Amino acid sequence: MATEQVIHGMGSPIKRKEDPMLIRGRGNYVDDIKLPGMLFLDFVRSPYAHARIKSINAEKAKALPGVVAVITGNDLKGLGLDWIPTLAGDKMMVLPTEKVVYQMQEVVGVVAEDRYIAADAVNLVEVEYEPLPVVTDPFKALEKGSTIIREDKGTNHIFHWEVGDKAATDQLFKEADVTVKQDLYYPRIHVSYMETCGCVADFNSVEGHLTLYMTTQAPHAVRTVAALVTKIPENKIRIVSPDIGGGFGGKVYVYPGYVVATVGSIVSGCPVKWINDRSDDQPSTAFGRDFHMRAELAAKKDGTILAVRIKTISDHGAFHGDANPTKFPVGLFSICTGSYDLKNAFAEVDAAYTNKPQGGITYRCSFRVTEAVYAIERMVDVLAHKIGMDPAELRMKNFIPKEKFPYRSALGWTYDSGNYRDALKKAMDKIGYADLRKEQEEKRKKGELMGIGVSSFTEIVGAGPSHDFDILGLKMFDSAEIRIHPTGKVIARFGTKSQGQGHATTYAQIIAEELGIPTDDITIEEGDTDTAPYGLGTYASRSTPVAGAAAAMASRKIRDKAKKIAAYLLEAREEDLAWERGRFYVKGSPDKGKTIQEIAFAAYTNHPPGVEAGLEAVDYYDPPNMTFPFGSYICVVDIDRATGEPKVRRFLAIDDCGNIINPLIVDGQIQGALAMGYGTAFMEEIKYDEEGNVFGGNFMDYLIPSAVETPKWETDKTITPSPHHPLGTKGVGESATVGSPAAFVNAVVDALAHAGVTHIDMPLNPWKIRKALEEKGLAIES
Amino acid sequence: MVNKMHIAVTVNGKDREADVEPRLLLVHFLRENLSLTGTHIGCDTSNCGACTVMLNGMTVKSCTVFAVQANGKKVTTVEGLANGAKLHPIQEGFWEKHGLQCGYCTPGMMMAAVALLQKNQNPTEEEIRRGISGNLCRCTGYVKIVEAIQYAAEKLKETQQQGMEVPAR
Repeated sequence: MATEQVIHGMGSPIKRKEDPMLIRGRGNYVDDIKLPGMLFLDFVRSPYAHARIKSINAEKAKALPGVVAVITGNDLKGLGLDWIPTLAGDKMMVLPTEKVVYQMQEVVGVVAEDRYIAADAVNLVEVEYEPLPVVTDPFKALEKGSTIIREDKGTNHIFHWEVGDKAATDQLFKEADVTVKQDLYYPRIHVSYMETCGCVADFNSVEGHLTLYMTTQAPHAVRTVAALVTKIPENKIRIVSPDIGGGFGGKVYVYPGYVVATVGSIVSGCPVKWINDRSDDQPSTAFGRDFHMRAELAAKKDGTILAVRIKTISDHGAFHGDANPTKFPVGLFSICTGSYDLKNAFAEVDAAYTNKPQGGITYRCSFRVTEAVYAIERMVDVLAHKIGMDPAELRMKNFIPKEKFPYRSALGWTYDSGNYRDALKKAMDKIGYADLRKEQEEKRKKGELMGIGVSSFTEIVGAGPSHDFDILGLKMFDSAEIRIHPTGKVIARFGTKSQGQGHATTYAQIIAEELGIPTDDITIEEGDTDTAPYGLGTYASRSTPVAGAAAAMASRKIRDKAKKIAAYLLEAREEDLAWERGRFYVKGSPDKGKTIQEIAFAAYTNHPPGVEAGLEAVDYYDPPNMTFPFGSYICVVDIDRATGEPKVRRFLAIDDCGNIINPLIVDGQIQGALAMGYGTAFMEEIKYDEEGNVFGGNFMDYLIPSAVETPKWETDKTITPSPHHPLGTKGVGESATVGSPAAFVNAVVDALAHAGVTHIDMPLNPWKIRKALEEKGLAIES
Repeated sequence: MVNKMHIAVTVNGKDREADVEPRLLLVHFLRENLSLTGTHIGCDTSNCGACTVMLNGMTVKSCTVFAVQANGKKVTTVEGLANGAKLHPIQEGFWEKHGLQCGYCTPGMMMAAVALLQKNQNPTEEEIRRGISGNLCRCTGYVKIVEAIQYAAEKLKETQQQGMEVPAR
C-alpha cells in the first residue's frame, strides 16, 4: 500500500502538477492556438460614450488585400444575434445597429488574414456618429428627466432590491444611544487578469459543428446559452477553455468578441481568432464594484451594536450583466451583518444604467461580498472612533460567540461554523497589537502618523444549494466524474475550470485522500464540454466547496463498489471488511486485504457475479448550505506627512477556510488576493468624465501593484471545519480581496483619526491623503 | 503591402531566418513565425513585462522591439532556459516555492529574474523586488516569487561553488 509520502492527500504541501508545463513556456493559452487557415478578428470601437450611428462605410476596409469580412450590427440582426441575453436576465448588444452606449464599445468587426491587416482595416472603416447626451453618474441617471440609455427599457432604473425588517431596524436606530453614518464609495475597478479575453472560433459547415476555444470560467453554461441563442444544437457545440491566464470573475461574462468570431467563422468558413489588446480589454470588459453606499450603525453607549442599515446606488453600466445567481440580483450582499451578533439589519439597493460597460460581479468579489464586508468593517471602525473604543475591542465585544454556531443571521443566512474571537486574538497576539498601540501613541506625540487597521470579515461562498441558487435556471451544483483504469490509474473530470487556482493538484489530493491512490497516478481534466460532466464553473470561490465535495462523494461511491469487489476477492462479507487509506482488509486479520489497485484490476478482469464491471463514479454535488470562511487581518501603516504616501509596514492575515487541502496553494491564494486588495485600497480606479471618456483604460493609467509597492504578507491560520462539507473545507480564493480593503483603509483612517478624519474613499493614493493632511493641518512640506 | 526585410536571429541557440515586415514586433515573430508561444503578451503599453526576453543578454520587452531590430542578435526565451530535461534553477525555484498560479506572467518574470541574478548574485529582498518591478503578476502577491528567486540565487551559487557550468545566456 502506498505511504503518505506517495499519496499526498489532504494537508500535503505538494508542488503543483500543472507547473512543469507552465515553467517551460509550454502552457496552452488561447492565443497559443493556431489552426490551419486561421483568420483574425479585430474591432472598430466607439470614441463616444453615447451616440447615434448615422452611417458605417467599410468599402475601403473591404478593399484592403487580406481582408476577408466586415461584420456590422445589421449583419448580426439578420441572424438574431445583434443582442444576446446576459447572465442577469437582461440583454446586451453584440454590435450596435442604432447607437453606441459606452466608449470603446465594439462597433464593427473586421476579419482578415492576420492581426496586422485586421488592425489596418479597422482604421479604414468610417463610422459617422451623432453624439447624444451622456450619463455617467448613477445618481443623475436615476433623476427624473435624465437621458434614457436603454430605449427598450424606457428607464435608467434597473431594479430595486431590499432585504431585512425595515421597521424593526428603524426602531432600533430610534432607540439607540449612538448612531453613525458614513457614505462609502467602492470604486469601479477592473480585474486586470494578465491574459486578456480572446477566443478561436472554428465552425465546421459540413457537420454544423462549432468548436470555441475561449477564455471562459464557465464553459458549460456558455455552451447552453450559445445553443439557445444560436440554435446550433448543444451536442454540436464544443467549448474548450484551455489554460487561462487569470480570470477573477472577469471571464464569466460573454463578450461580443466571442459571438462575432463565431459569426466570422461561419461566414468565412475558416477558424477565426479574436484576442483583445489590453487597451481594448480594460475599458470594454466587465468591471467590478462601483457601489455608492450610505451605511449606518446603531449601538448602545457601551458599544453593543444593534443594527446596520445600508442604502446603495449601484452603477451597472449600459447592460445589467451581473453574473449573479438569478434570485440574488445584488449577490450575497446580505452578508453585510458580518461577524457580528446584531438584532436586525436592513439593506436596499437601486441599480442604474449608465454610459459605461457592464459588470459588477468580478474581481474576486464572491458575489458582492467585498462591498458588504467593506461596509460593515469600515463602519465598525467609524463607530469605534466615535465612542472612543479600541476597534479590536469593539469587534471582540460584538462577535457572534462560537457557541452560537450554526448561527442564523439577521438577514437570513445560517453561518455554518466560526470562531471569530480566536482568530482576532491570534492576530493581535502575533502582531503585538498592544505594543503597536503604545508605539502609535508615542509617535503621535512626536508628530508621526501611524495607523493600525483591523478587519474581521465573514465570507460566504460555495454557491450553491439548488433550492435557492441558479443562473438563468441552471442549478448551481457542480460535478466530478472519476474513472479508475485497470492498473489503478485515475482520470477525473470536473465541471469547474481553474484559472490558476491549482485544481489539477488539489482535486487529485482529494481523490488521493479518499481512495489512497497516489496523486501522481491521478490526472485531472477540466474545461472541455465534450468530455467533462456538466457544472457551473469556477468563480465566487465555489470550486472546493462544491466540486471538491463532488470529488469526495464520487470517490466514496467508488469505495463502496470497491468494497463489494474486495469482499468477493477476499471471500469475506462486506460487513467484515475495514478500510484504511488505499486498502480493504478483513477485520481482525489485517494481513488479509486487497489494495485499491488490486481491486481496480479485478474490476476489469475478475469482477464479482451480479456486479457491473469497471470502477467509476459521477457525482453532482448539491451543497446543503453555503460555507462561511472568515479571518482577522491587521494592517500597520505609516504615513508620510509631506507626500501623503501610505507605507504598509506590516500586514498579518489570519485566515480560516476550514480544513486545508494544500497549505502551499491556500497560502498562495491568500497572498495573491491580498495584493488585489492592496491594489483596490491604494491604486486602482476606473473613472469617467462627464462626456464618458474613460480614465484607467490601459496599464499606463490603471495602476496595478508591482513587487515594489506590494507589502510582504504575513499569513497564518485557524482551522474551524465546515460541519456540512464532506471534507470540512470552505473555500479560500476570495477571502483576502473581501477582507483586506477595509483593513488598509481602517489603518490609514486610524492614523488620521485623532485629527478628526473619519473616512477617505478608495483608492487611498498619496494625493487624497495629502489633501486630508492639509485639511486637518497635518501636512508638512518636504 | 509593405516590403519585407530579411532577418537572421539566433533564438535559443538556433539560427532562424525569415522575411518579415519592418513593423512586425519581436514578440509576434517569436510567437507566430517561430511558434515559441512561451513568451506572452499581457498589454500594449510596455507595462506588464509578460513578453520579457533576452536580447544579446539584456532583458527587453519584446512587444516594444521590432523583429528587424533583433537582426544579427541572440534572443533567449523561456523555452531556452531548461537544458533538455534539466530545469534552470529559476524554473526549479518557481516550482518549488509556488511562484506561479495562472502561469501567464511567469515566463517574463523568470527572464527578468535570470537577468537580475546575472548582475547580482546575492540580491536582497528589496533588490529582487526592484529587479522584477517591470513585470506584473496578478495572482501571487509576489512573496512567493521573491522566494523563488532567492531559491534560484542559492542554487546558482551552489552550482558555481561545485565548479559546474552555470547556464549561460
